[in-house]
Amino acid sequence: MAPSQALCRFAGVALVCAGVIAGTAHAGGDAARGGALYSARCGGCHSIEDNGAGPRHLGLVGRRAGSQPEYDYSPALRASRIVWTRKTLDQWLADPNALVPANKMAVQLANDPKDRADLIEYLSVATKEMDR
Amino acid sequence: MSESTLFTRRSLITRTGQLSLSAGALALLAGNESLAGKQLSAAGGNDVAILNVALGLEHEAIAAYQIGAESGLLQKPVLDVAVLFQSQHKGHRDALVATIEKLGGKPVMAMTADEYTKSAKLKVSSIRSQGDVLMLAQRLELGAVNAYLGVIPAFGDRELAKVAGRLAADETMHYTALTQAMGAALPNAALSYGA
Repeated sequence: MAPSQALCRFAGVALVCAGVIAGTAHAGGDAARGGALYSARCGGCHSIEDNGAGPRHLGLVGRRAGSQPEYDYSPALRASRIVWTRKTLDQWLADPNALVPANKMAVQLANDPKDRADLIEYLSVATKEMDR
Repeated sequence: MSESTLFTRRSLITRTGQLSLSAGALALLAGNESLAGKQLSAAGGNDVAILNVALGLEHEAIAAYQIGAESGLLQKPVLDVAVLFQSQHKGHRDALVATIEKLGGKPVMAMTADEYTKSAKLKVSSIRSQGDVLMLAQRLELGAVNAYLGVIPAFGDRELAKVAGRLAADETMHYTALTQAMGAALPNAALSYGA
């Protein structure tokens, strides 16, 4: 198994990553590495499919922040009027509290721009509802 | 890494299994007088929200170890270690609940056992062996390590930041022991946790 495939298996997104490895990755990020980062750094609270300590990420890109009815978001995020795009995800991952003060996701786990690019690349592929 | 610095699986599990749960762990937060009587200010309210996210992680870890212990797949001494780690997560849970209540917040409740069993995150239906149980526990512990480290800068109360560091240390111990028990490699790079 190639290292990139192993990373995808680890992140639980083998089918999605298979497409990325085959050449559908976009410039600016490594989705396979992003998947491993997602599992290690985001996986404590988040998954693609289920709400848990944090909200699920299925259908994330293009969705308004704090709008998933099944999850108990902070009032600050519900009121933020942010729509999740590559740009807003980059701002959020760099420092969630700087973008939306008093939100519940206060962690800072992607200070490195390369880490954020890889995470966003992964999220842009793995959270597409049509791919599930 | 030489043999002298790399524990064998059996010796590591035995050593870990001999650890006893520190009474101090249970008093991590509950006995912290600097937190007692604090009012739920705006900053404190956000701290409560963060603590409730942490509590959700602890509920999930307790459930995951319970699922592992009841699976019939864990053999001694791995089973003993799993029970020990679960007891430490219960200590974290109790401390977090006490602190949230002291700050005037409402602790989040655990989901039902059935909800945890069916969750896509835990993927319980794919567990077939002791190794699968260990892999699930290792994944959850790593997520908890990073969550606690990542949240440290956000706490308005420095005492809470210190406690997050202590919780991260417990989770790192769990992750390391599980990784060794699986025979998996430890991280090569320095500063491999958090970001």
